[in-house]
Amino acid sequence: MFLFVIFALIAIVAALGVILSRKPVYSALFLLVNFGTLAAMYIMLQAQFLAMVQVIVYAGAIVVLFLFVVMLIGGGQFGPGDTVTRGQGGTANSLAPSPVAASKRRRVLVTRTTAIVLALLLLAGVGYGLISGQLYPVQGSEATFGAGSVEAIASVLYTDYLLPFELASVLLLVGMIGAVVLASNE
Amino acid sequence: MVPTSYYLILSAILFTIGVIGVLVRRNVLIIFMSVEMMLNAVNLTFVALSRQFLSLNGQIFVLMAMVVAAAEVAVGLAIVMTVVRHKDTTNIEDVNLLKG
Repeated sequence: MFLFVIFALIAIVAALGVILSRKPVYSALFLLVNFGTLAAMYIMLQAQFLAMVQVIVYAGAIVVLFLFVVMLIGGGQFGPGDTVTRGQGGTANSLAPSPVAASKRRRVLVTRTTAIVLALLLLAGVGYGLISGQLYPVQGSEATFGAGSVEAIASVLYTDYLLPFELASVLLLVGMIGAVVLASNE
Repeated sequence: MVPTSYYLILSAILFTIGVIGVLVRRNVLIIFMSVEMMLNAVNLTFVALSRQFLSLNGQIFVLMAMVVAAAEVAVGLAIVMTVVRHKDTTNIEDVNLLKG
């Protein structure tokens, strides 16, 4: 329980850091911490194979890809609510003509209000979930549920889920070809 | 023994933080990162409920979701890089050619 609280707090703080950082590099590093704590939680949930796959695929490949792109295109340097492009200075918004700036402010207000309403709905749901009954896993099952190990996942993946497995490999091939085609400059 | 509902609540919090990141931020890369965070929150839900019901179906689905996310990140970042190079901006509001 104590471990869960620690990892949950780190995950939430890292998630807030992702959306509130000024620089995309800091956001990518906070995302890395978020993925790391989620991998730890997968281990606590008896999903050891998924924890390692999470570290290898998400933390080791996807975040590295994000960092490549951030370094290549230079990211922006502004925090929430930024309205200037990366090529201009900080005075572009103040020099905008008045009706354009007004409609932009209204759009920003609409999206911010939607975000706040969603956050309040979540808080209401979380509060209800905390005070109503709780969902405990079946007692004494932790030892027998050795599933989540590589053998258990393999015994299911290559028998019952063989078709999704092969389709996943085809999907990866298509994605690879698409990425190469898109990123090549002719 | 951690109740499963605690994991579901944490997943809901992470998902909502991802949604707020997509709605509020204008940098296209941070929007993309928030989408990945949403996918991870859903994966956490799947794994928690897989332990709850003692079934491996949830974990297999998480594996497939990770595969889809990896392919999506590769192709999406290629698109993002092409668009940013073309328009010389990382602000999502400047990508408005389809606007009426």
